[in-house]
Amino acid sequence: MKKKFKMVDLDCANCAAKMEEAIKKIDGVGDATVSFMTQKLTIEAEESRFEEIMKEVVAVCKKVEPDCVIQM
Amino acid sequence: MTKKQKTMLYRIILAAIVYIPLFVMDHKEMLEFDTQVPVRFLLFMIPYVIIGWDIIYRAIRNISHGQVFDENFLMCIATFGAIGVKQYSESVAVMLFYQVGELFQSYAVSRSRQSISDMMDICPEYANIEQDGQLVQVDPDEINIGDIIVIKAGERIPLDGVVISGSSFIDTSALTGESVPREVGEGSDIISGCVNGSGLLKVRVTKEFEDSTVAKILELVENASSKKAKVENFITKFAKYYTPIVVCAAALLAVIPPLLIGEPFSKWVARACIFLVISCPCALVISVPLGFFGGIGAASRQGVLVKGSNYLEVMSEMKTIVFDKTGTLTKGEFTVSKLYPNGVGEKELLEIAALAEGYSAHPVAGALKAAYKKELEMERVTDTQEIPGHGIKATVDGATVYAGNAKLMEKEGIWFEENHDIGTVVYLAKEDLYLGSIVISDTVKPEAKNAIKELKENGVTKTVMLTGDRKAVGEAVAKELGIDQVYTDLLPGDKVDKVEALLEEVKGKGRLGFVGDGINDAPVLTRADIGIAMGSMGSDAAIEAADIVLMDDDTTKISHTMRIARMTLQIVKQNIVFALAVKVLVLLLGAIGMANMWEAVFADVGVSVIAILNAMRTLRAK
Repeated sequence: MKKKFKMVDLDCANCAAKMEEAIKKIDGVGDATVSFMTQKLTIEAEESRFEEIMKEVVAVCKKVEPDCVIQM
Repeated sequence: MTKKQKTMLYRIILAAIVYIPLFVMDHKEMLEFDTQVPVRFLLFMIPYVIIGWDIIYRAIRNISHGQVFDENFLMCIATFGAIGVKQYSESVAVMLFYQVGELFQSYAVSRSRQSISDMMDICPEYANIEQDGQLVQVDPDEINIGDIIVIKAGERIPLDGVVISGSSFIDTSALTGESVPREVGEGSDIISGCVNGSGLLKVRVTKEFEDSTVAKILELVENASSKKAKVENFITKFAKYYTPIVVCAAALLAVIPPLLIGEPFSKWVARACIFLVISCPCALVISVPLGFFGGIGAASRQGVLVKGSNYLEVMSEMKTIVFDKTGTLTKGEFTVSKLYPNGVGEKELLEIAALAEGYSAHPVAGALKAAYKKELEMERVTDTQEIPGHGIKATVDGATVYAGNAKLMEKEGIWFEENHDIGTVVYLAKEDLYLGSIVISDTVKPEAKNAIKELKENGVTKTVMLTGDRKAVGEAVAKELGIDQVYTDLLPGDKVDKVEALLEEVKGKGRLGFVGDGINDAPVLTRADIGIAMGSMGSDAAIEAADIVLMDDDTTKISHTMRIARMTLQIVKQNIVFALAVKVLVLLLGAIGMANMWEAVFADVGVSVIAILNAMRTLRAK
């Protein structure tokens, strides 16, 4: 399943790249992009575990840039 | 400016007000007091805390999350190092300029983001629907196919549909870049995203919102940033290694020379701090994607959708371009191009031909009827008989009329004058008397010739045309347009083979683009290095398969896009070279003690700001 989320307060381009890399490593994530320009996260992940995966996504993003919030 | 940016601005101003007098007094050595209390240190700590508290806070927080090489942390180490060697003034200045640079950077990025989203501001907010005789505004999402919506003057068209009453001029510039408004009336198809000019339109909706043109375009543009160019991927990789390498170099620089040559640690720690300030690859990480984003934005303002920055990269290297003929270089519709009457008037020739073909569904009949323009008096035709492979035999006004090819004339034994014009020729005879011939052909688009010329001026070395048409027709069109190479009599499947052969031929010598209207073209569009589709005439499948979509089917836009692509790539490369050169230079000078903190701050935020400003130029590319 492919879904898009808005990222609020994504202030640093390097962090966006770091987040993208960290999200891609999560188990069950097919592909992910964090666009600094559009301030959006596009994620493709297993549908059955999507909620669970998103929880992990939020956690890794918090780790990289605590100020940034993913709008669900 | 956002609230966050404003707060930052006030903090910068406040810190500067405190810092400047201290800086001046320090220079005049007025801060050297003979006391036990470190007055100078304490005084400088006031502006340092005002400007830098959040950086220290974030550095601590991020370290606890395991983010070691984070820029906040590096800034802290660099400034702490400067404080450690008693360069108080420098440490405040570094913090201050770092924050100024960050603010400017964030402002520049949000500005360019804004200008791109303004340009893409084509999303309709509501649709008017009539309910119990009153107009109600509803979400375009809630409208179903077949619903009737009302579009008032000046409103954005929310959904694709057909006009059922009213007439107006609509402004399609947001989608196609075309500034001349398009006239619409009853029966016209209209597409969402355009703005209704002066009249009130009632429209029957033909597509649901998520399938409508506007929703599709927005989706394409939003996804564009996920397809990254090679340069972008290189920068991401580079950034991953750059910071750790510079930080390690800084650590070595602080420790090894003092141990080896016995110089004081303070001198080398100061130099190591310079390294830390330059260790963020931000200038590159921001300016490269921003440049591509701007280039895609500039193309979309011209009515060209580019589905990813990688396609801009390929576009800038395009050397060979292959066109599909029908629908791309020609209009793809048959029209009467010439009349050769023999003993009758032109009007009469056309009238009889149109009547004879009146009941036929063949494209030729359509062209004749369209050329005749007036309503046909079909009661004058009493009998029509189609002779396969030859034409039509009909009874018009009681007389037998033959309309068809040369074979038909020969079969009926009628004398006729052979016509060698390019296109489909219809010969017409009444009883045994030859009336003349009519040439029906596909017309070349008016802009096609110019499009080819401009492509050649922009570095395309080979132009090729593929067509399923006969040799004579294809070659005539190619000659008229100045196309180098033409392949005719192709079946749809042959086009893929031809493109593959051409790809093999140009391998390593530049890229190959294919332009088609999408009817049977989807496999070829995918196969080519870059597939360019016609947006308004093309099928949905083609738009999906293509990498670049020309919203108004104007082939001259291809060369414009090439120019935008080349300018974008050039700016991106300038930024990479400039940023790396300055950073490396300052690193080297810093290592040998010829650069100080000020140069380091410039190499970090100064370079970022310059690179961002340069990247923003792509937005204005033409």
